[in-house]
Amino acid sequence: MSTRAEKRSWTTRTREIAVGAMPPERLLPDEQPSYVASWIYVFGVLTIAALIMIVLSGVVLALKGPAWWHYTGIGHFINSVHLWAVELFFFVMVVHLWGKYWMAAWRGGRTRTWMTGAVCFLIAVPTAFTGYLSQQNFDAQWIATQAKDGINATGAGAFFNVLNFGQMYSYHILLLPVAVVALVIWHVLLVRRHGVVPPFPVFAAAPGPQSTPPAPQSTLPAPQPPPDPPQPPPAPPQPQAKP
Amino acid sequence: MAWGHRRLSVETVLLGAIINLNHPAHVVHWHFFQMSLANLVVIVVMIVVFAAAIALPFPTHGRGGS
Repeated sequence: MSTRAEKRSWTTRTREIAVGAMPPERLLPDEQPSYVASWIYVFGVLTIAALIMIVLSGVVLALKGPAWWHYTGIGHFINSVHLWAVELFFFVMVVHLWGKYWMAAWRGGRTRTWMTGAVCFLIAVPTAFTGYLSQQNFDAQWIATQAKDGINATGAGAFFNVLNFGQMYSYHILLLPVAVVALVIWHVLLVRRHGVVPPFPVFAAAPGPQSTPPAPQSTLPAPQPPPDPPQPPPAPPQPQAKP
Repeated sequence: MAWGHRRLSVETVLLGAIINLNHPAHVVHWHFFQMSLANLVVIVVMIVVFAAAIALPFPTHGRGGS
């Protein structure tokens, strides 16, 4: 195939666009900035770890069915793994959200990174809610009957019926998880593309009326202190006045 | 020990003696604010973990990043 034909190929164009947008060395970097060495930067990957456990245990539950997770010991165990992975998922995700909010993680062109994370959080809430509705026990029935009035009051009850197990189960194991996982992948790719947001500059001296104004917010790479200004040459010795 | 038609293990009974869940949930009221005690405890733990994540030093093994 000629070079001209390769240029017209959609696979070639797709590859060039993908590699241009996300070079391999940026997708899987060797190092991270020094400011990442903080526990507050760990909660993002903890959220992903919890999500992986949720998906794996959820796949097993979907394959085996309600009778298995209600009446067998291993079914109880996998069901509990699924529940507690969800609890941990929200726990660490909210701590991650707090950390990114207070460091204004949308700085430096990271608006899409922030928004994909925020929307992912908002979609994760109904994903967990439909999971509680899919338990196939009295707890699920209680939650459904308590929630139906609120859902109906919003007008969404016509197409989102919390008393319909089949519909809630479809939302829980297909539609909403696909959205959450897709947003998480997009979120992580944006983090790789734009880098981890640096912390705010730290000032050793307390700011006062005579202090230096704050430095502008910077993006990756990590802000470096400015070099020392050149020192003026030493003044020549002054002649001593005679008495 | 039997509960209904199920037999509970000794470990389950001992755990139940420590954490008795066989009662309605404790609820915290403060003017318009209302929340179960369990949810409040989880939120407090989250705040503690958040503060610890900022305050505690991170082990770097003497190797800095770029």
